[in-house]
Amino acid sequence: MSAAAALGWGDWAQLILHFMLLSLLSIGGAITTAPEMHRFMVREHGWISGADFSQSIALAQSAPGPNVLFVAVLGWQLGGVMGAIATMAGILLPSSALTLALAHWSRRRRDSRGVRAFTGGLAPLTVALLLSTGWLLAEPAHAHLGALALFAGSALVSWRWRLSPLWLIAAGAVAGALGLV
Amino acid sequence: MSGERPAHRPRSAWALALAFNQLALQGFGGVLPVAQHELVERRGWLTKAEFLELLALGQVLPGPNIVNMALMFGHRHFGLRGAVAALLGLTAVPTLIVLALVALYGRFNELAPVAGALRGMAAVAAGLVLAMGLKLLPSLRKSPLGWLAALGVVALSLVLILVLHWPLPAVLGSVGVGSVLWAWWRLGAEVKPE
Repeated sequence: MSAAAALGWGDWAQLILHFMLLSLLSIGGAITTAPEMHRFMVREHGWISGADFSQSIALAQSAPGPNVLFVAVLGWQLGGVMGAIATMAGILLPSSALTLALAHWSRRRRDSRGVRAFTGGLAPLTVALLLSTGWLLAEPAHAHLGALALFAGSALVSWRWRLSPLWLIAAGAVAGALGLV
Repeated sequence: MSGERPAHRPRSAWALALAFNQLALQGFGGVLPVAQHELVERRGWLTKAEFLELLALGQVLPGPNIVNMALMFGHRHFGLRGAVAALLGLTAVPTLIVLALVALYGRFNELAPVAGALRGMAAVAAGLVLAMGLKLLPSLRKSPLGWLAALGVVALSLVLILVLHWPLPAVLGSVGVGSVLWAWWRLGAEVKPE
């Protein structure tokens, strides 16, 4: 991964504000906002290449811990440790504050029509966001037959069988190291 | 909360942080299954029903599900201090590990096998996320929207995001709001006496 474009203070403020907004929209997990991060960072501003974006997520998934750590890796790419802290704070603080504030309230109203309409109504969107994320992350692989086969194969295996993702990630690493991808 | 009470409870905020750190370090490609095993089966800090309830809440609220669960669980036992302890336990050490990996990768990415391995892992990671979406599709059968309408919302959202490249707030503001209102209306029609 190469050093990304140097960001000015205005860029950082814009980035953190955008991540704070995404934090409040990240229903179904931070990964569901990946397409929007991709649009903002890769397409609109060109701060990071599409390949580096996908590799950031791959690196985060190859390490132990919650998937949200991919946000720390994206921040690191843009500005080292401070970048990682900035993006993590941006993506976690608003949703965490909201969670603590609403936990008590929603515990009593879990079966109410409002809460059920909210969850039920947003469920299909969550699924669509996961599918889009998978598709966008595979973009660098589209040009290469081996990578495309790996993408489709791992999706199929993980979809149809209960295999630990760790094995598939390891298989991908081996296939790549052997020059098949 | 109804039914059984959990067998044990965390002794201190420090114990809480350690427990969440431990389960995070076991979670490759997803921490939730490990959390269920550690908190329910091994430590007995939550009953199965309580775990499900926390997960449901964690999913409704924005933010990573496991982070939301950790915050609520920590808050329940030790207030704000517990929430912070659980959050830091879950994220601090894994963040250091992943950044160390990135730094190492930066040094060795000139080597063809290393770059190749990363490309392979990226392709698999993309496949795993796609599979997660595919696995969740059948659960939309129980959607208050109805199965076909829910699939329609999925398809429409896919077009807006992948083909038209709409920003997420625009998608949520249009399809999301419409879908929630439709669910609200259907749930109201459901309870009316026949």
